[in-house]
Amino acid sequence: MADLNRKPGLTFYLACSWLTLVLLCSLCAGFLPFPFTLDQIDSDHLAALPGGAHLLGTDAMGRDILTRLFFGSRISLIVGSCAPLLGLVVGLLLGMPAAWFRGWSERLVLTVTDIILAFPALIFLLVFTSVLGPSLTTITLGLGLLLSPRFIRVVRANTARLREREFVLAARISGAQEVSILLKEVLPNIMGPLLAYTLVVTGYVIVVEGGLAFLGLSVPSPAPSWGGMIATGRDVLEEAPHVAIIPMATMFLTVLAVNLLGDRLGRRYDRS
Amino acid sequence: MQLIWRKLLHLLVVLLAVSALTFVMTDRLPADIAAEISGRGATAADLAEVRERLGLNRPVLSRYASWLGGVCKGKLGNSLATELPVTESLRSHLPVTLELLLLSQFFALLLAFPAGIVTAWRAGSRLDRLTGTFAFACASLPNYALAMGLVLLFSLKLKLLPATGYTPLNISLAANLKGFLLPALAISLVEWVILMRVLRSDLIATLKEDYILLARCKGLPAWRILLVHALRPSLFTFITVLGMQAASLIGGAVIIESIFALPGIGRLLVNAIFAQDYPLIQGTVLLITLAYVLINFFVDICYGLLDPRVRRGVENG
Amino acid sequence: MIGVDRQLLDISNLTVELRSQRGGIRPVDSVSFSLERGKTLALVGESGSGKSMLCRAILGLVPSQGEILYNGHIAGQLSTAAMNRIRGREIGVVLQDPLSSLNPVMTIASQIMEPMRCHLKLSKRASLEKAFRLLEAVGIPRPQERMDCYPHQISGGMRQRVAIAIALACDPQLLIADEPTTALDVTVQAEILGLLSRLQRERHMALLLVSHDLGVVAGIADEIAVMYAGRIVEQGPAKVLFERMRMRYTRALFDAIPRIDDPPNRKLPSIPDQPPDFAALPPGCRFAPRCASAGEICRSEYPPLQVDNDDRHRYACWFPCNNENQDSPHATTQRHDVENKL
Repeated sequence: MADLNRKPGLTFYLACSWLTLVLLCSLCAGFLPFPFTLDQIDSDHLAALPGGAHLLGTDAMGRDILTRLFFGSRISLIVGSCAPLLGLVVGLLLGMPAAWFRGWSERLVLTVTDIILAFPALIFLLVFTSVLGPSLTTITLGLGLLLSPRFIRVVRANTARLREREFVLAARISGAQEVSILLKEVLPNIMGPLLAYTLVVTGYVIVVEGGLAFLGLSVPSPAPSWGGMIATGRDVLEEAPHVAIIPMATMFLTVLAVNLLGDRLGRRYDRS
Repeated sequence: MQLIWRKLLHLLVVLLAVSALTFVMTDRLPADIAAEISGRGATAADLAEVRERLGLNRPVLSRYASWLGGVCKGKLGNSLATELPVTESLRSHLPVTLELLLLSQFFALLLAFPAGIVTAWRAGSRLDRLTGTFAFACASLPNYALAMGLVLLFSLKLKLLPATGYTPLNISLAANLKGFLLPALAISLVEWVILMRVLRSDLIATLKEDYILLARCKGLPAWRILLVHALRPSLFTFITVLGMQAASLIGGAVIIESIFALPGIGRLLVNAIFAQDYPLIQGTVLLITLAYVLINFFVDICYGLLDPRVRRGVENG
Repeated sequence: MIGVDRQLLDISNLTVELRSQRGGIRPVDSVSFSLERGKTLALVGESGSGKSMLCRAILGLVPSQGEILYNGHIAGQLSTAAMNRIRGREIGVVLQDPLSSLNPVMTIASQIMEPMRCHLKLSKRASLEKAFRLLEAVGIPRPQERMDCYPHQISGGMRQRVAIAIALACDPQLLIADEPTTALDVTVQAEILGLLSRLQRERHMALLLVSHDLGVVAGIADEIAVMYAGRIVEQGPAKVLFERMRMRYTRALFDAIPRIDDPPNRKLPSIPDQPPDFAALPPGCRFAPRCASAGEICRSEYPPLQVDNDDRHRYACWFPCNNENQDSPHATTQRHDVENKL
């Protein structure tokens, strides 16, 4: 939409700054001296508006929102970065050989992809977390597995695009092995668009994790997560909308920033 | 024709695989369904009797096989919780999801179609950039957050629309539509973005073609160039995405259905999972998967109809 | 509507400026020429010389500076609707590759009928009949069978004939053909050129023929304008130009035409190096880097457009060819041939 050749504008830097801020917050959450702990209940200030001791107010149970926001960012960022990375790895491992060598391996991978895609995601996650116990690891694993088909498809599309290119033929003629061609020639060329896609998926995962938390299926209490905070805000939506709005805004800004970066990166590779 | 049979076979394989996996997975759920049904104070003998009655002692494969047999005869068993036939629950819940699906996709289309066309024609302009920014913002918003925002604004503050609840069509059309307006909006305000982007990008690519240049040289008015010449070849990805979004909404609108208390398929499934109501889980998953796979199948067929050249090339797709 | 002595198309100092990441570039730079009905002007130049951009500027499809007069109307002052009318009714366009310039999902008949129904407001039946007659006029055998075909179902030569029929749909006064034969087989090229020439005479149209091949236009052009790096470097009546080629670039183009009676294994003289980079044009003559006869002044100062013996013949060169001597290996035979053709 904007001219590709323009230098990164204000929005780009704003997005980067916000993400850095969130990253720092989540990293430092364990070390900073917060005045309140995660589940400390302040019965004098139930659903209090921002101001005073509680910089961002409290939720319906009297817990400080700012503290919970900080800790909640951890979950969102960890799941948001690890699950797509897992999907990326699986995508590369299965997608590249499938697109390259074709034949039965491709058909097999495509069928498996279709099966996973057709599988209702929710039930998979529910059963997965019920069986293995709901925790950060299982959620990340489950989401990562669910994301794999998308990555497989994108990897496959990008790899197939390069299959007939001259530099590949040239490498083959000079005697290079297929695997080494894949690793040295194809992989570096597809990483660009793949990373852009990964960023976009990150935004998506943050939202999905929030949705899971909303349903009560994410990492259990007392660990806060942005989605969970939004869910608790639902009960007091009319009287104290800030309880839901603050985590909503935070999540929105983070996902927006990630999307902006992913989009920018994607457009750089789109041209070529 | 042979291609169609191959796709149908593929469809069947996917269905079987998904239902088999579901069976196996739900089997691994920790809670003891027999204990749930018997309630507290049940003796061991009671539990054993319940298990026997429900056939829980048989091995997984045999249970799956008999379930499959039932499916072929059109029987999906009875819900463990309500004792009603599964098909009954599905039948009562499906229309709600379908209506939500139709309305939300309709709104998404309403937004995406003109936006995609106009921004493609005026690519790079101010309007394009503004629309793009707005679209970006919409896409970054989780639909549950949007739903809550809409409820806050329209139900709680303005008191225009109901916050929750579902009124069947046969009771009152107006009330029914009012109940669906906010949930459909919550879904469509996020989903229109991809549709618009896809349409825009395909249109921009088409507009660079020589025959569009010739159409401009012919002095044809802009609307004619856009709608008659440029649109048709640009609709492929649009339709695919539309189909995929619709397909995933069958079971995927759970959160929205929960927020607005709409008795749809998604909610049915979640409740079934929490209650560990195996037959109901199986039946619902089958329905969801079937819908998903069928819609994708039809989207594939549409391709061939849109472009006479593609009919030959579908094989390579 | 047209005054007898008024030019159909009159262009003065037409310039197209594009912004790229390396600054402004001018694919069309101060181009001036005029064209009257019944005449053919050939615009010749390499790919990348700005010819196609010039066509688009004339059609008003890209913003430009300078003056474009259609029949006395100043193009810049016309409304969009009026421009569309002119494009549709007064000007017909034939593009290079008919496979990509024809809409692949519309039948041939509908593509010919479209401008008629839009601009002439003909009924479906009337436009169908006219389309049929146009297909006959462009030499398509058994037109009734072809009407409902799609472009990919007919051969290349026929496609271009269809494209010409489309261009003629509203009986234009000006026909612009941008490399109409480049994408076709050599055998078909002559046919299409002949067709264009005949149609032009029959309908008393003005024809602007764009090509990179001087040989192609030799037979049918009344006037030739040679373009290089966005500027016209030589211009004049065809006969005069071929007899007394002055600008070195024109000569180089001429020498590069292969001849059927050349001795075998003769090396084709080609113009060295690449076409110019618009973002980094030299201050002097733009052809200087590739010119065998370039001198100091060529590199520092741009040669003005000078008039040769005949006032209609102009060229821009510091060291023009002196045709009295034997610069070209087959100058005499070429001139003889060209004179015979004309």
